[in-house]
Amino acid sequence: MLRYALKRLLSLLLSLAVASLVIFLVVEVAPGDPASFMLGVNAQADTVAALRAELGLDQGQVARYLSWVTGMLGGDFGTSYTYRTPVAEMIADRLWVSLPLAVYALALSTLIAFPAGIYAAARRGRGGDMAVMGATQLGVAVPNFWFAMMLVLIFAINLRWFGAGGFPGWEAGIGAGLHALTLPAIALALPQAAILTRVMRSALLDILGEDFMRSARAKGLSRRQALWRHGLRNALIPVLTIIGLQFSFLLAGAIIIEQVFYLPGLGRLVFQAISARDLIVVESVVMLLVFAVITVNFLVDLAYALVDPRLRSRT
Amino acid sequence: MALRSLVLAAGSAIALMAGGAWAKDSVTIAMQLEPPHLDPTSAAAQAIDSVVYSNIFEGLTRFQGDGSVVPGLAESWEISGDGTVYTFRLREGVTFHDGSSFDAEDVKFSLDRARAEDSTNAQKALFAGITAVDVVDPQTVRITLDAPNGALLFNLAWGDAVIVAPESIGSIKTNPIGTGAYKFQNWVQGDRIALTRNENYWGEPPALEKATFKFISDPTAAFAALMAEDIDAFDNFPAPENLPQFEADPRFQVLVGSTEGETILAINNKQPPFDDLRVRQAVTHAIDRQAIIDGAMFGYGTPIGSHFAPHHPAYKDLTANSAHDPEKARALLAEAGLPDGFETTLHLPPPSYARRGGEIVAAQLAAVGIKAEIINVEWAQWLETVFRGKTFGLSIVSHTEPMDIGIYARPDYYFQYDNPAFQALMTRLEASSDPASRTTLLQEAQAMIAADYVNGYLFQLAKLGVAKAGLEGLWENAPTAAIDLSALRWAE
Repeated sequence: MLRYALKRLLSLLLSLAVASLVIFLVVEVAPGDPASFMLGVNAQADTVAALRAELGLDQGQVARYLSWVTGMLGGDFGTSYTYRTPVAEMIADRLWVSLPLAVYALALSTLIAFPAGIYAAARRGRGGDMAVMGATQLGVAVPNFWFAMMLVLIFAINLRWFGAGGFPGWEAGIGAGLHALTLPAIALALPQAAILTRVMRSALLDILGEDFMRSARAKGLSRRQALWRHGLRNALIPVLTIIGLQFSFLLAGAIIIEQVFYLPGLGRLVFQAISARDLIVVESVVMLLVFAVITVNFLVDLAYALVDPRLRSRT
Repeated sequence: MALRSLVLAAGSAIALMAGGAWAKDSVTIAMQLEPPHLDPTSAAAQAIDSVVYSNIFEGLTRFQGDGSVVPGLAESWEISGDGTVYTFRLREGVTFHDGSSFDAEDVKFSLDRARAEDSTNAQKALFAGITAVDVVDPQTVRITLDAPNGALLFNLAWGDAVIVAPESIGSIKTNPIGTGAYKFQNWVQGDRIALTRNENYWGEPPALEKATFKFISDPTAAFAALMAEDIDAFDNFPAPENLPQFEADPRFQVLVGSTEGETILAINNKQPPFDDLRVRQAVTHAIDRQAIIDGAMFGYGTPIGSHFAPHHPAYKDLTANSAHDPEKARALLAEAGLPDGFETTLHLPPPSYARRGGEIVAAQLAAVGIKAEIINVEWAQWLETVFRGKTFGLSIVSHTEPMDIGIYARPDYYFQYDNPAFQALMTRLEASSDPASRTTLLQEAQAMIAADYVNGYLFQLAKLGVAKAGLEGLWENAPTAAIDLSALRWAE
């Protein structure tokens, strides 16, 4: 087990190192200079040179890459070229919006998907199943920003139950914060819920065909009792895997939703940073997201190995 | 009876609440872009000026909503006979927001900082002619120029020339301390900037106590935020197609004004075949301005025939010089040895005037045989390839700096117009401070670049503001990027 864990850890570190290099190169290769962007079309050449020196852009790329990587190892992500505030602080601020939003959306999608999936599996082939599957088909097909715009139209513009966007900050109270995140969370959750419902349903149906389910029925449990007592627990494994994947997606993939609801989250930060060629912010945020995804995968790998001994010997 | 009084009480409570809403003393104004930081003297971003200009920071002179330049922190000035020495008398009793007093030392510090060797001022050229800034006494500053400059008072009104204090310069980017009518309160990055009224303001105190700027970049979100009344006004509303809806809604007012943005079809004058005047002329005759204004800007915008703002007193209408005439365009191309037209590139930055306008321009050029390949670029990329690299054929850009016809005197400027006669004209203009002769020179300059067909001149960008019906005192035009809060108030 320890050997396996060490192997996975080594591959994690290697992936991170390669990722940092790729991210740096891709971002640096894209044309556009942050200093010229800041100073606009009337700036004199000597002014741009002065700003480049002030930002440390006059150093070579190797030197900048090394100082970025070594800084990150110590938790220092550098200073934003445009905002001139520490990148770590900016990311932390934005995470306070993006993380709760992702958790909120995930909670909603789970709350919708579990009952819907169980219901559909229990009514396999009947009207209820058809209806749920039809709805999920729609949920998977329709992009979340369209849902977002519809939600704004109905609940913000017509009914006035919610604001059209923005975030008052947690200092305004947890209630106000959650209220502001509700529409974005629903918009993010619906497509995810549709996927999760389908996974839940098919996982349950797979389990229903297993031998131990037949034994449970033979012992005298009704179909429903067998589903609840034995089916659900075993079906959770693939479902939890999907939830894990969805969480990283929600954290990184809320860019469009954050634009639609003008939320000061991580996605919006990346968006602004890319157009301003705030290279160091782009690099650091992308690196952080890569780190999060790779770490989650690492933990999931370990969890699998704990659950399923076959994996330990195979790798 | 009890029920009736309850209903009455509820009714009056609602009336009171409604009354309270009208008598509010705060305003929330949205804009599309967020400022990168809050120092107007070290970046070109207009969003900085929108938030801080004359609200937080003031200069010796200032722009008013109609574009005129009036005294700001300088109460009055004298100009020496030869036009090279300006003596400014500063206002008394002015303090910075941190309580320190404003005097001539602050002016000297600010102007010397802007023109220093390691200055990062985006408009450093504004200060190029200044040879010395001297403190005569705490209330008097003397600026000496190497040659007369008729535009000095105008230049000093720019956001890049505001007065900052040496004590607070270190943290100016995140905690700006100026002399203006509003104090910086806080900034939730990515979301909003809050200002509060400066109770010690030297001038007339503003009516509203609090002002919040919110940043909404997505046009659909901007529309929703106004419709849901989350915000009170949107400065430069990004979706002109939605304006009729706001015009029809009694809850809103639509303010259509003009900006300093000359939107041009920039031509690379040094790149063949554009080095041939006839080819450039053909390009301009191929263009139907009104079709672009209608198609890309939904009718908002004024056609221009040269690089000059139509609302300026010295404006000369030269649109007839490059009127839409595809036949003439084809004939000119044939004359230039290109009867079958040619291929070129059309670089389009992100704003909708460029992206939407570019599609129409490309179609119009194709009609006379010029095949322009559309290349969509981001601003940073545009600056690198078009502006600095000069590797482009055509591009669409709005030049938003006020009174910037002087860029045609810079042969290394990205459209690469090199005409000694024009450069001499600009030198004469700089030296002239007599309004009548300045007008003549400016008109001569407009005519010269129009006759040389340096660029295709499309239209003056409109300023499209949307606000709640009761909000008064907003600038209709944008002589400079600014959201001047000082005159804002809610109608009773």
